[in-house]
Amino acid sequence: MSRKKDLRQTIQKSSVPLMFVLICAVCIPISGLSPSYLANEVVTRMGRNAFLILSLLIPIMAGMGLNFGMTLGAMAGEIALILVCDWQIVGIPGMVLAMILSVPVSVLLGIFCGKILNMAKGREMITSYIISYFINGIYQLVVLYLMGSVIPIKHTSIKLPRGYGIRNTVSLLSMRQKLDNLIPLKIAGIKIPVATFLVVALLCLIIVWFRRTKLGQDMRAVGQDMEVARDAGIKVERTRIISIVISTVLAGIGMIIYLQNMGNIATYSSHSQIGMFCIAALLVGGASVDKASIGNVFLGIILFHTMFIVAPKAGAVITGDSMIGEYFRVFVSYAVITVALIMYETNKRRNKNRAGKQLETEQNGEGGAS
Amino acid sequence: MTFMERLKEAVESFGLPRLIITGFLILLLIAAPIVGADLPTQISNIINRFSWNGILVLAMVPMVHSGCGLNFGLPLGIISGLLGATISIEMGFTGGLSFVMAILIATPFALIFGGLYGWLLNKIKGGEMMIATYVGFSSVSLMCMMWLLLPYHSPNMVWGMAGKGLRTTISLEGYYLEVLSKFLQINIGNLSIPTGAILFFAVLAFGIWAFLHTKTGTAMTAVGSNPTFAKAAGINVDKIRLISVIMSTWLAAIGILVYEQGFGFIQLYMAPFYMALPAVSAILIGGASVNKATIMNVIIGTILFQGIVTMTPTVMNNMIHMDMSEVIRIIASNGMILYALTRKTEGSK
Amino acid sequence: MDEKNTPLLEMKNIKKDFFGNQVLTDINLTLKEGEVIGLVGENGAGKSTLMKILFGADVIRETGGYAGEIRINGEKADFRSPFDAIASGIGMVHQEFSLIPGFTATENILLNRESKKKNIISEIFSERMDTLDRPEMEQRAMEAIEKMGVKIESKMVISDMPVGHKQFTEIARELSKDQLKLLILDEPTAVLTEKEAEALLESIRGMAKRGIAVIFITHRLKEILSVCDRVAVMRDGCLIQNVPAKETDEVQITKWMVGRNVDVSAGAGKEEAKEKEEGEVILSIDRLWVDMPGETVRDVSLDVIKGEILGIGGLAGQGKLGIPNGIMGLYQAGGTVTFEGKEIPLNDPRKCLDSSFAFVSEDRRGVGLLLDESLEWNIAFPAMQIQNKFLKNYLGGLIKWRDEKAIQEVTQKYIGELAIKCTGSQQKARELSGGNQQKVCLAKAFALEPRLLFVSEPTRGIDVGAKALVLQALKQFNREKGVTVVMVSSELEELRATCDRIAIVSGGRIAQILPASTPSEEFGALMVSQVI
Repeated sequence: MSRKKDLRQTIQKSSVPLMFVLICAVCIPISGLSPSYLANEVVTRMGRNAFLILSLLIPIMAGMGLNFGMTLGAMAGEIALILVCDWQIVGIPGMVLAMILSVPVSVLLGIFCGKILNMAKGREMITSYIISYFINGIYQLVVLYLMGSVIPIKHTSIKLPRGYGIRNTVSLLSMRQKLDNLIPLKIAGIKIPVATFLVVALLCLIIVWFRRTKLGQDMRAVGQDMEVARDAGIKVERTRIISIVISTVLAGIGMIIYLQNMGNIATYSSHSQIGMFCIAALLVGGASVDKASIGNVFLGIILFHTMFIVAPKAGAVITGDSMIGEYFRVFVSYAVITVALIMYETNKRRNKNRAGKQLETEQNGEGGAS
Repeated sequence: MTFMERLKEAVESFGLPRLIITGFLILLLIAAPIVGADLPTQISNIINRFSWNGILVLAMVPMVHSGCGLNFGLPLGIISGLLGATISIEMGFTGGLSFVMAILIATPFALIFGGLYGWLLNKIKGGEMMIATYVGFSSVSLMCMMWLLLPYHSPNMVWGMAGKGLRTTISLEGYYLEVLSKFLQINIGNLSIPTGAILFFAVLAFGIWAFLHTKTGTAMTAVGSNPTFAKAAGINVDKIRLISVIMSTWLAAIGILVYEQGFGFIQLYMAPFYMALPAVSAILIGGASVNKATIMNVIIGTILFQGIVTMTPTVMNNMIHMDMSEVIRIIASNGMILYALTRKTEGSK
Repeated sequence: MDEKNTPLLEMKNIKKDFFGNQVLTDINLTLKEGEVIGLVGENGAGKSTLMKILFGADVIRETGGYAGEIRINGEKADFRSPFDAIASGIGMVHQEFSLIPGFTATENILLNRESKKKNIISEIFSERMDTLDRPEMEQRAMEAIEKMGVKIESKMVISDMPVGHKQFTEIARELSKDQLKLLILDEPTAVLTEKEAEALLESIRGMAKRGIAVIFITHRLKEILSVCDRVAVMRDGCLIQNVPAKETDEVQITKWMVGRNVDVSAGAGKEEAKEKEEGEVILSIDRLWVDMPGETVRDVSLDVIKGEILGIGGLAGQGKLGIPNGIMGLYQAGGTVTFEGKEIPLNDPRKCLDSSFAFVSEDRRGVGLLLDESLEWNIAFPAMQIQNKFLKNYLGGLIKWRDEKAIQEVTQKYIGELAIKCTGSQQKARELSGGNQQKVCLAKAFALEPRLLFVSEPTRGIDVGAKALVLQALKQFNREKGVTVVMVSSELEELRATCDRIAIVSGGRIAQILPASTPSEEFGALMVSQVI
C-alpha cells in the first residue's frame, strides 16, 4: 500500500524531468542532428552553465525560493570583465582578476538585494524579479553613461564612437575558452572542457561541505521556519542576507565562466535572460521552489539544453519554419517555471488542507460511533 | 519644528518615491521652455500618451480591489485584444467598424482567458503576483507560435514572401488608425487634444467607478480588504475574485486596442511581454498600493508616468545632449514597484 | 554554598498590569530544587502572564515591565529576553510546538546549540563556518532523551512523528541544556494519548529526582495530584492557594479555581429568566462536529429556547468557540442544525445569514472588521450584501447602487446607541480602541436585525467600562427586540451575570446545561469533567 503510494509520489515528483525526456526522445530523431554533435553541444553547455545554476541552490536552501536576483551577480561579472578587457589583461590571469573584481560588486548588490527581500518576506520571488529589473537600470546607467566619462575606459574598441559608454558587444577574444582549453582533452570526438569541469566540481564539493557547516544548518532552519529559528537564537535576517550574498557572488563568477566560453559580451542583453534560463534548467532537473540538489542541476542542464538545441531544428522539420522551434523553446522555458510555481503554491495549500481532512474523518468516525 | 513634523508626515503618507517622481516631472516642465522645447507640443504629447495608456492602467484596478494584487498577468488580456484586432482585419472590416468589431471579437476571448486565469489564481491564493507574471510570459510565448501557425491570409498582415504567418508590426492605416483620437479632436496651435480617446477612457473609468459603488463592487472592495470578513458576511470570495480577474482581462484587451489606434500599429510576438510593468508602475506612482487603488490613482499615475517618458528625452537631449530617458524610466518605474512591494500590507496575505 | 537553604526560585510580590488593567497582584511563589509544583486556574487567571514574566518574554517588557522581584538561587534576576532566562537555567515548553518540521529530533533538540568542529576556513572567517559534529550531536541528543526517560527516535524527521513525540522532542531539547534547573511545562499533556501522558508524568518524577524543579500547568487535576509536590491555584490574577498536593483533592481545587467572593451581579435580572426552559425551541443542534483547529467540537447536541440568552462556557481549547464558528460555516462542520423547524445547511455562511442568524466573531481584527475601511462600511456591509439594505435600485433592480446617505444614517444611529467613541462615521475601524471596535462588531450584527445572534467572547481584550456597556447592549437587544442570543465566553461570571442558562463544554461535548443561578463551583466541576 505505502510502497505503491511512494512510487506514485516519486513519479509525480519527477513528472517534469520525465516530460522532458519524452520531448527530447521525440525531437532528437526528428531534428536529424548527429549524436556526436549533440553530445558536443551538451558538454559545452554543461561547462558554460553549471556554475551559474549551482549559484541558485543556496537561497533555495534558505527558503527564499528561486533567486531571480542572480542577474545581479551576472551584471557584476560583466562589469568586471569589461574593466579587465580595457586593462588588456588577457587569458587566465584576466579571468581570475575579473573574478576577484566582481566579488566586491556582487557583495554590495547582494546585501542590497538581501535587505530588500527581508522587507518583503513572503513575496521574495516577485521582489527579487523586480530587483533584477531595477538593478538593470542602474547597470545601464553605469555602463552606458558613466563608463568612459567618469570611469576611465581607454580602448576605443569597446567604447561607443560618441566617447563614452560601452559598445553593444565587447569581444573577449583574449579570454575566449581559455579556461575550457586549459587542459585539452578529446574523447570520441567530444571536446571536454576539463578545467571548467574541475572548477564546477570544486564548487559542488564546497556546496556539499557548506551544507554541513553551522551556517548551512542555520540556513536550512531559517528556510523551514523563521519564527522557530529566531526563538532558538539564530539571526534570521542576517542569515538570509548571507545566503543571497553567496548566491550573487557565485553568479558573478559563473557569469565570467559563461562569457569566456561564449567569447564575447552582449553588453546590454547577456544577463537579461540568464536568470530565466538557469531557473528553467534547474526546475527541469526536478527541483522545486523549496528543494533543489546538485543532481537536479546536472540532470536539468542535460535535459533542458538538449531540448534547447533540438527544438528549432525539429520545429523547422515539422512546420517548415525555423522560428516555430525558437518560440517553442522560449515557451517551454516559461511554461516550466509557471508549472513549477503553480505546483509549489498548490502543494502548500494541499498540505494545509490535509491536516484538516485527517481530523474530519477521525471525528466523523467518532461522531458516528458515539 | 511642528512645520517640519507636518511636512514629514505629509511626505510619509505620500511616499518618498512618489514625491521624487512628481518633483522630477515638475522640474522637467519648468526646464522645458528654458532649454527650448515647445511646451504645448510637450503637453499634447503627454495628453496623447495618456489617452493611449490610460485604459491599460485602469485594467489594474479590479484585481487590486479584490486582493489579487498587481496584475502582472496583463499580457493575457492584451493577447485577447490582439486576437480581436487581427481577426477583425482578417474578416475584412475597415475604418471605424474594424475597431468596433475588434472589441466585439476580443470580448469572448477576454472572458474565456480571464475565466481560466481567475480560476487558476483562486487555486494559488497568496502567490498571485509571481504566477501572474509567468502566466503572462507563457501565454505571450505560446502566442508567438500561434501567430505563425494560425491561418491568417489578409495580405496587409502576413509576411509578403511566405504568404503566411503574421508580421511583427501591422500598420493600421485604413483600419482603425486614430479613430478615437481624431474624433472631435481639438487643435489650438501646437496643442492638440484627442477628445474621442479621452472620452472613451472617461466612459470606461466612469463605468469602473460606478461598478465600485454597486453592491457587487462593494463586495469586491471588502474581499480585497479582508477576505475572512467577506466570507463571514456570506460573500462567495472565489466568485468575486473571478469577476475581478475577468474584468481586468477584458479592460486590458480594450486597452491594447485603444493603444493601437493611437500608436498606429499592431505589435505582435514579444511586444506584449513588457507591457505589464509600465502599467503596474504607473498605477503605483499614482498612489495605489498592492491592495488599494482608485480611479484618481490611475489618472494621476498615467499622467506622471507618461509625462516622464515623453519629457525626459527632449529635455535631457536639449540640456546635456545625453539621452538618459530610457535608463531613468527603468530605474524610476521598477523602483516604484519595489517600494510598493516592500510596504507592509496587512490583510492582503 | 548553602544551596539547601536558599530556594531555587523566589518570586516576590509580582505585579503586572496591561495598560492599567491589573492582571497579576502580589504573587509570591518559591520553588526548591527538585520540587514539582502544579499551577492551575481558569483561563485568564494569570498563569500564562506569570510564566511569561518568569521567562523574560518580550511582550512583558513592551507593555511596561512588571513590579516585584524574581530571585534565582538567591540572586536577583532581571531577564531582558528569553535568552537570559535560558542562560539562568530556565526552560519552557510552550503549548505550540517550536520545532523545525524537516529536521530530525536530534537537529531540533540541539537547534542552534550544535556540536561543532573547527576547520581552516572557520578560523579565518567566522565560527559559523565550523562543520557540525554529527556523531557527538547524536550522543548529546541520546543523553537528553535518556534523561527524559521516554524513548523517541532521534533520527526521525519531526514531520513524520506522531504529535506526542513532537512534545517529547521539545522536552528533550530543554533537558539537553546543561544549565537547566527549572522547567516550565505549559499544558504538555493536552496533545498526548493516555499512555504518553503517563510516560510524561513518569519522566517528570525522574527529572525531579535529578534535582530539576518543574512548574506543571494543566487542566487535568488528576495528573497534578499524582505528580506534584504542591498545588498552586490562581484566580483573577491572585495566587489564592499554595498547598501540598497530599492535603487536597480535585473537588477542593475546582472550588478554589472558580469560587468568587460574594458576587452581586450574578443572578441579577434573573426574575425575567422565569420559566424560559419550558419555552419554544428556536434552534436545535444535533450531533454537531466542527474542525476548528484548537477548538475541536466532537459531538454537541443542544436546544436553544426562543427569547433566551444561552451561555456557552468552558475552558480554552475544549471546543466552545467551535460551536458558533462551525454553525456559521467558517470552519468545516457536520451534523444537523434546525432553526424554526427548517434544517440549515452547514458550511455555507450565506445560508445561515439568510436564515437571519448573525455572528459576532471572537477574532475581531481577523474576521470581525474591515480594518482599513470606514465605520460606515463595517456596520452596513453584511446587511447590504445579505438583505439588500442601504441600496438604491435603478433600471428595475439591474443596478444596485450604494445608498451612502442611508448608510451614514444607520451608522450614526449605532454610534449614538452604543456610545462608540470615534471622530465620525468615516473614521477607519483600525483607529478605534478594542472596546469600540467590539461595539462596531455588535452594531454590524444588530444592523442585520437577526432573530438569532451568536456572540463569541464579546469582552475579550477590552477594558472594564466597555465590558459593562457591551454586555448591557446585548441584554437590551435581547429584551427589547426579543432576539435569541447565544453567548460564548470563557469568563464564567460574565455568563452568569448575563445569561439565562449556561451550557458547559468540555472535551468537545456538552457536559451539562444549568440555570445561570447555579453556584460557580458546579460549573467549575463541569468544565474539567471531560477535559482531553
